[in-house]
Amino acid sequence: MLQTSLGVLLASDNRLMSLNAIDLIIIVLYFVLVLGLGVYLRKFASTGNDFFMAGREMTAWIAGLSFISANLGSLEMMGYAAATYQYGILVAHAYWIAAIPAILFLALVMLPFYYICKTHSVPGYLHLRYGEGARSLSAISFAIMTILMSGINMYSMAVIMKVILGWDIHFSIWVSSLTVAIYVMAGGLLSAIFNEVLQFMLIWLGCLVIPIAGLVETGGWNGLVHRIAQNFPGQDFTHMWRTLGSFTDNPMGVHWSGVVFGWGLAISFGYWTTDFLVVQRVMAAKDLRSAQMGTIIGGFFKMMVPLIVILPGLLALAVLPFKLVPETMANLPGVHTYNEALPLMLARYCGPGLLGLGVTALIAGFMSGMAGNVSAFATVWTYDIYRPLIRKQASDQHYLSMGRWCSLLGVIVSIGTAYLVMNFSSIIVYAQVIFVFFIVPMFGTVILGMMWKRTTPAAGFWGLLAGILVSFSLWAWIKVDPDSLRYVAFSPHAKDMAENIYRALWSLIANVGVTLVVSLFTKPKSDEQLKGLVYGLTSIPSELEIPFFKRPITWAAAVAVGFVLLNLIFW
Amino acid sequence: MSITKMISIWFFVGGLLTVYGVLILIAGLSKATAAGGREVVMQGLHLQIWWGIILLVMGLGYLARFRPGRGR
Repeated sequence: MLQTSLGVLLASDNRLMSLNAIDLIIIVLYFVLVLGLGVYLRKFASTGNDFFMAGREMTAWIAGLSFISANLGSLEMMGYAAATYQYGILVAHAYWIAAIPAILFLALVMLPFYYICKTHSVPGYLHLRYGEGARSLSAISFAIMTILMSGINMYSMAVIMKVILGWDIHFSIWVSSLTVAIYVMAGGLLSAIFNEVLQFMLIWLGCLVIPIAGLVETGGWNGLVHRIAQNFPGQDFTHMWRTLGSFTDNPMGVHWSGVVFGWGLAISFGYWTTDFLVVQRVMAAKDLRSAQMGTIIGGFFKMMVPLIVILPGLLALAVLPFKLVPETMANLPGVHTYNEALPLMLARYCGPGLLGLGVTALIAGFMSGMAGNVSAFATVWTYDIYRPLIRKQASDQHYLSMGRWCSLLGVIVSIGTAYLVMNFSSIIVYAQVIFVFFIVPMFGTVILGMMWKRTTPAAGFWGLLAGILVSFSLWAWIKVDPDSLRYVAFSPHAKDMAENIYRALWSLIANVGVTLVVSLFTKPKSDEQLKGLVYGLTSIPSELEIPFFKRPITWAAAVAVGFVLLNLIFW
Repeated sequence: MSITKMISIWFFVGGLLTVYGVLILIAGLSKATAAGGREVVMQGLHLQIWWGIILLVMGLGYLARFRPGRGR
């Protein structure tokens, strides 16, 4: 009855499948729980510190799972599975070389500075280190980025609901948006973190079915490789490094130098160490060691995510009896696009109940992605834009109220941006375009500020601005003159993802270059002003009194060994 | 109210997994004992039944370990 009613209300004719009553109950229960959690957590978010920083009371496990879940939204689930169908296992670099070194660097090197200076955000650190100019520029660019990224999550969710269930795209956007608005307004970062932990469990339990059933169907990894080779003769989709010696040997059109320096350094360190959306989660930990251990726990699970994202993309290459097509061909009759790779695999292996769980996992991922962006937006807007630039002196309750209302505003603006996504061929590419504009240059500014006391306030601002402008200019240049790709990405064969990688590298080079040059010609801050902010002038707590097996460095080393082994196995 | 006094997130996770486990187990048993309905690839693995049991055990474990009053 429930199924019929909802089916009549929501469904169109173009769907992969229908959910049965148990599937729908599973989805409805999830919505009931997240809304209930929002109501329950409201009474615990009674101060600005509770709402924006979750009271700085999170354990290492909760901070760590939240840290990694904030990154496990629509990009991970649909975007990277789609990208794997296009480019093969090369996309797993996003989880390994483009994540693990940066995450461990954040945990061991950068977090102590963020934590010791007790800043509430990354723009907040820039304020302490460089002053108002760099903080305002980073805060405004970050606020724009979070709203745009939130739109991606809405669009992704609407697409999956349309593809799998035939639900109306507007219905999906509004139901998810209203739910997120209610629970983030109620509990702020606390709500977002609770839902991210819930989402983490659902995503793993909902999606792990695909690789298990898929590997049984293909006869294990060797069978999978054999089938892909049969389906796509002459193309190598199953090696990570072997095909990177030349731009033309791999489906992405990228060289190893781009993967290592563009993806592994510029994009990765920019995202994992300075994107406040993820860093905010570990800054909410109850002490520095919990923050560091939480980050390392997040790194371990990040390393495992290819199992539920990359493997389904490879399985789609191996077992689907038809070829997926780019989003630009979505209007052709009877075709399925790259972005449908994951939903198609879910539909292939999941019967009633499991399908509901899988769909709930994806919904949770999308809504959590939205909530993460909205809660980060609320913090940066309130503490880094509204308070310093609009209303400097107000009560904590006033800023708390502002945080709640701008959470709602963030959701409403995100709805508008959701439709922008439809103009791009692949969701992940859209995300990387935005990252490269705003986040990559931030890394150079933050790391030079932390490691070199000679870096000046003027250099912080101009370096950041130069990085953003170079990134935007290169993007516009390629849009106007596609032949310029050969100069920006060193190859006319570079695909969208490769273009982003090289653009990130140029952006970081411009950022660092301008920061260094301006620093040499302008006045630095005094040592006294830089205490607690810069290496050499900050007293970092010793780990020597902590047992060996409880030290962050020990577990970071274990994750690093796993990282090296995985790269060797799939070389 | 202090954040340290709230119910652990793992308790809520346990509750949800328990209910999900029961529902998926029921769906799996129904599928195994009655003909008809949508067939999926690798149906013979009876993944719903195994998954339902796993969720149920995990859920009950979390509920017991993180129930209110037992500490965080």
